[in-house]
Amino acid sequence: MKNPSELLYTESHEWVKEMEDGTVKIGLTDYAQHSLGDLVFINLPEVDDEVEAGEAFSDVESVKAVSDVISPVTGKVIAINEELLDHPELVNEAPYDAWFVQIGEVSDKEELLSVSAYEEIVAKEEA
Amino acid sequence: MKLIFERSHEGRGCSILPECDVPVVSVSSANKREQPLHLPQLSENDLSRHYTELMKHTHGVNDGFYPLGSCTMKYNPKVNEEIAALPGFTKIHPLQPSETAQGSLEVLHKAEEFLCEITGMDNMTFQPAAGAHGEYTGLLLIKAYHEARNDKKRNKIIVPDSAHGTNPASAAMAGFEIVNVTSSPDGCVDVEKLKEVVGDDTAGLMLTNPNTVGLFDKNILEITKIIHEAGGLCYYDGANLNAVMGIVRPGDMGFDVIHLNLHKTFSTPHGGGGPGSGPVGCKKILTPFLPTPVVVKENDKYRLDYDRPQTIGTVKHFYGNFLVVVKALSYILTLGKEGIPEAAQNAVLNCNYLMNKLKDVYNMAFDEGCMHEFVMTISNLKKDKDVSAMDIAKALLDNGIHPPTMYFPLIVEEALMVEPTETESKETLDEASDVFHKIYEEAIANPSALHEAPVSTSVRRLDEVNAARNPHLRYEF
Repeated sequence: MKNPSELLYTESHEWVKEMEDGTVKIGLTDYAQHSLGDLVFINLPEVDDEVEAGEAFSDVESVKAVSDVISPVTGKVIAINEELLDHPELVNEAPYDAWFVQIGEVSDKEELLSVSAYEEIVAKEEA
Repeated sequence: MKLIFERSHEGRGCSILPECDVPVVSVSSANKREQPLHLPQLSENDLSRHYTELMKHTHGVNDGFYPLGSCTMKYNPKVNEEIAALPGFTKIHPLQPSETAQGSLEVLHKAEEFLCEITGMDNMTFQPAAGAHGEYTGLLLIKAYHEARNDKKRNKIIVPDSAHGTNPASAAMAGFEIVNVTSSPDGCVDVEKLKEVVGDDTAGLMLTNPNTVGLFDKNILEITKIIHEAGGLCYYDGANLNAVMGIVRPGDMGFDVIHLNLHKTFSTPHGGGGPGSGPVGCKKILTPFLPTPVVVKENDKYRLDYDRPQTIGTVKHFYGNFLVVVKALSYILTLGKEGIPEAAQNAVLNCNYLMNKLKDVYNMAFDEGCMHEFVMTISNLKKDKDVSAMDIAKALLDNGIHPPTMYFPLIVEEALMVEPTETESKETLDEASDVFHKIYEEAIANPSALHEAPVSTSVRRLDEVNAARNPHLRYEF
């Protein structure tokens, strides 16, 4: 699957979509969902929860393992994708549509990667 | 096969009650069930056949090789069962006066004494029902210790990234925050990183040694010193004690509190519900906080002491899974002071033997002498042939071998974690090695066949994803 060029990425395999109003949406990349395998459970934060850059805000469970999803920004959860709670398979089917959370009041942001920089990292991990 | 409810016939049962010869007393309608219980109705013969058939679908240590890493699936000597079936142990009641149960209290007291000697601890409770329950109990002791010292800012437990998943889960349940430390490339604790994360909020560290990749952490004394100097306590997860019992003691490595899995290391049955037993041992500084009651010996008599003002309370009814302790004590007395370390040495020997037999074709995650278990990575087969650790595991089932632990530890890709234990013969290990080699050759020559495995078991590859997403947990009447 092609990684969309309009998105930004993290080394821990999250994608970030910067919205026009300054909020961001966060999800898991295609590489991440493929490595994890079929997801069976997703734990999301609640609206109004604070998230901190570099800290886990969600965890995902596949038949293999449980993994943290790390927030690249500091801010407040303004929306969660409730559909994922009942349908974790959406992350496997369309990782770039299956956003996890939308974060507002963004006060701090990690350095994010362009699609080409991210794909270099993936190529290294796959090698 | 049919479920037990599908075998049920209305009106059938295992016994015919005689006519009632006492006055009938009726229960008030408020206390009565509105409808009868849904119980299967079967004759004793049907019931016996049902469970015998069910048994044929399983694979236990008594069926064949069972190298499930981190689980120590050793053979459980039958003498343990004989001892635990003695009427003096089975026909007592937990509420009978303790002066009439002296023998059973002696079992608890002796088991505590021996296990403390093996582990280098001062005292032990047998209340926890299994390993994770023991972890939780041990963490509550750590918490009580800091609170008793009015040191309330210590709310963080340090857990390495190779730890058993139960470690962070137990710590979270006990109300701690988890701090993860990454392993160094050799699979051991990264001492420099550990120094960075300790501080005046460190409540403790949880560790297994040998660790989850089957290596003895050479820096263990430095690690426990770093934690102690920061004011924290050290918790030893006893899951891997089989490699070192009778050789080196967690207490001497600097650990303050431990749990044991009697159902792993001390040869009591597990899998399918055990029941298990996860005793928690501690150094003197934590003794006042142990769960009550505690068995004490005074003037050659045993009694149960409930008067422990600083106790964390009770973590399970009465004295834990008592008969499991009887079996473990039987094992310890059978092996004796010479046999306990010999069992550990043979566990390590068997493991190194099998690892060295396999490493001509399988990649070892850490290619050095292992302790009681080793970890292989199937990532090259996954990349080249699309054969995964799961495929290898399923193919082993077709060859009468229980799969190793898969996809654990998480720090190794496509991991297979193999623990042969000391109770397997050289012939069994040689046969297992032949099977592993045969499967490897098939993975190279005909990978798609492995995707089909298992083909000879009563059920084929189960849909784990669907089972997890749409669990169907009870029979619908």
